[in-house]
Amino acid sequence: MTSALGSAPTGRDDRRARPTPTRAHRSRWARAAGIGWLYVLPALVMYAVFVLRPLVLTLQYSLYDWNGIGVARWVGLDNYLTVFTDSDLLKIIGNAIVLIVFFSFIPVALGLLVASMVRRITTGAFGTVVRTILFLPQVIPLVAAGIAWSWLLSSNGLVNQALRAVGLGGVARAWLGDFDTALPAVGVIGAWVLLGLCTILLVTGMSKIDPALYEAARLDGAGPVREFLAVTLPSLRQEIGVCLTVTIIAALASFDIVYISTSGGPGLQTTVPGLEIYRLAFSQRQVGLASALAVVLMLLVLACVLPIQRLSRGEKP
Amino acid sequence: MAELLTKFPRRRTVLLASLLAVGMTATACSAPGEDRSSTQKSDAAVKTELGTDPITLEMYAETGFPLAKALAEEFSKQHSNVKFNIREDQFTVIVENAPRVMASDNSPDIIRLPTMVDLVKDDLLKNLDPYFTAYGWDKFPASQLMQLRVGDNTRGTGSLYGMGLGYSVTGVFYNKKLASQIGMTQPPTTVAEFEELLAKAKTGGVQPIMQFNKNTAGINFPHQALQNQFGDPTQVADWIFQKPGATFDTPAALKATQTIQKWAQAGYFTKDANALDYAGMVGEFQKGNGLFMFNGDWESANLDKSMPGNVGFFLFPTESAGGKHVAMSAPNTFGVSAKAKNPDAAAYFLNWVHTNAKAREISVTVGGSSPGGPSDLPVPSAAPNTVLAETLKASQQLGAENGAVDFTANATGGIFAAAITPEMQKLIAGQQTPEGYVKAVQAEYQKELSR
Repeated sequence: MTSALGSAPTGRDDRRARPTPTRAHRSRWARAAGIGWLYVLPALVMYAVFVLRPLVLTLQYSLYDWNGIGVARWVGLDNYLTVFTDSDLLKIIGNAIVLIVFFSFIPVALGLLVASMVRRITTGAFGTVVRTILFLPQVIPLVAAGIAWSWLLSSNGLVNQALRAVGLGGVARAWLGDFDTALPAVGVIGAWVLLGLCTILLVTGMSKIDPALYEAARLDGAGPVREFLAVTLPSLRQEIGVCLTVTIIAALASFDIVYISTSGGPGLQTTVPGLEIYRLAFSQRQVGLASALAVVLMLLVLACVLPIQRLSRGEKP
Repeated sequence: MAELLTKFPRRRTVLLASLLAVGMTATACSAPGEDRSSTQKSDAAVKTELGTDPITLEMYAETGFPLAKALAEEFSKQHSNVKFNIREDQFTVIVENAPRVMASDNSPDIIRLPTMVDLVKDDLLKNLDPYFTAYGWDKFPASQLMQLRVGDNTRGTGSLYGMGLGYSVTGVFYNKKLASQIGMTQPPTTVAEFEELLAKAKTGGVQPIMQFNKNTAGINFPHQALQNQFGDPTQVADWIFQKPGATFDTPAALKATQTIQKWAQAGYFTKDANALDYAGMVGEFQKGNGLFMFNGDWESANLDKSMPGNVGFFLFPTESAGGKHVAMSAPNTFGVSAKAKNPDAAAYFLNWVHTNAKAREISVTVGGSSPGGPSDLPVPSAAPNTVLAETLKASQQLGAENGAVDFTANATGGIFAAAITPEMQKLIAGQQTPEGYVKAVQAEYQKELSR
């Protein structure tokens, strides 16, 4: 099957590209391509079984009313209608969009700031230490981060102890259990986790910028701010694109942090699509509606990420 | 990395699209799921002998619930040809996995069960009626097994589909030291007295109720305790058993919700209740940070260990003095898979749990709950001056008063997560009205029943 897949099109291409190909030449080409396909076959099979098949099945399930076990009933687009009209589900999608601010914009903005500060100390032992510390939140499992932060933010946690110590006891509250502060508090956890990733990517990007550009800017009388806006920022277009892509996906598809720190509560204040999909499918056994929400979430991710990809790909500096 | 993410050659897109198309055509022809229309015969012959052939019973039990394992060990000790292979998960995980695990080819023989109606509908649970007859379980008090019956998509009547590994009772645990500090000399006998104690504790600087409300609504415990008292508990039971026409929108439920709202506004629950989970609640109560905790006898043995002599228990008081006690009480339900390989041995084990003297003792000492079984068998006693002895006594009292009801949280598969928990969180934070609460819970209930 591999050789059939590989050889047929390549053979035809060959004929068009080269007017008089010898038979031996052609078969050598075909064999090479066939072997190439053979190499990617294992990965392709895994991809098909574990990514494409679930994707297709999700699309299919989203058109049915199904409890996961019994016979499914065809309902067409009804599940999608529910996703777009149910006020709870709309609120849940809205929560994910709010989280983009915390998971994406704040880490990227802070990351830029931190990266420009530590740019000059990227080499040597001190640089390694700085990078390691900044990257640490990425290494810690999200579940552990969620638990640690829920302790910090609890009513007797370190955050409230600190507030009380400086006479701000009136502000102290159970941050993750309060209707007004729960979502921002979850956002802060996400920002903490993702800041390191953004900083490291941006520091790496900065180290690739030609120092001559900075020198030229300085000779032209640019201060640190002007230098940053005129040289650093444009040069980091691709890195910023990657940061935004990764963090926006993390925001929209968030699950672990929310599940551990608040379980979506209080009320529906911090429920996000990932959590709701899981609940709908496994505890409420509405596999169809869960699948429809999953498809909508996927489209939402693509709608946010594809424009960023296009923008950051733009003309190279 | 930037390269990887930004470049996505057209050829690859074409390939992906064609693979997707192939997948589509391969899967989209048939509807998912299979028709498992009933193939069980309830009058099939069953064996009540264990025999001597080696048997391995597959058991799917709950983590943090050591009773199942302890009983299995003792059973193997008494019947050397039977071994157990026990898989454990958290209860919420079992709730999510049960249907799929039971539909698989490796279906367990004995499984800890969540709500049963759906499983019966999907024909995943073994009908235990033949064993009921064969073993003479009609000698058990009928109310003991009532919650385990399913018929016509409602619970409470019909065929038997499960048995309890212990039968739990719920009520109020209290910290004896704090109780005497606020002048409580004996457990309250009416709801009004209970509320007086709450007020006294509050003014005395003692946290009146330590109750969790994160993840799942622990405040549903006091809510239902009040609801049971403010109306006819049969109404509550009918609603849980999904009897046609039953509703949550009743004066009793509304009054209970108003009372909970009043308690929340008065600061009887902790300010961070919505951020407090079950383990946190038990921890705080053990540390002496709360006077009352609504909970069940499964914590008795644990509390006896962590705060010996300092913890008491009472059934939630009645609305008027001398009234009938009503409490949430549920079997720790285990059922037999329809696809079980050794259903006879599984049923033998379930019968043994209820009737064997040693097994009954283990139910009490390890599980902390009443072992159930025939009413003429003695209930093993717990050590004196323990809260375990108090909960056992309460369990017997409740049985005598016939006051056991199931949990409202068990009414449907999704009612707890989809309605009770978020709405209760809103209620105590002042984001929901009592009227809105009962209507929201009933709306979700109807939505689920209509599916």
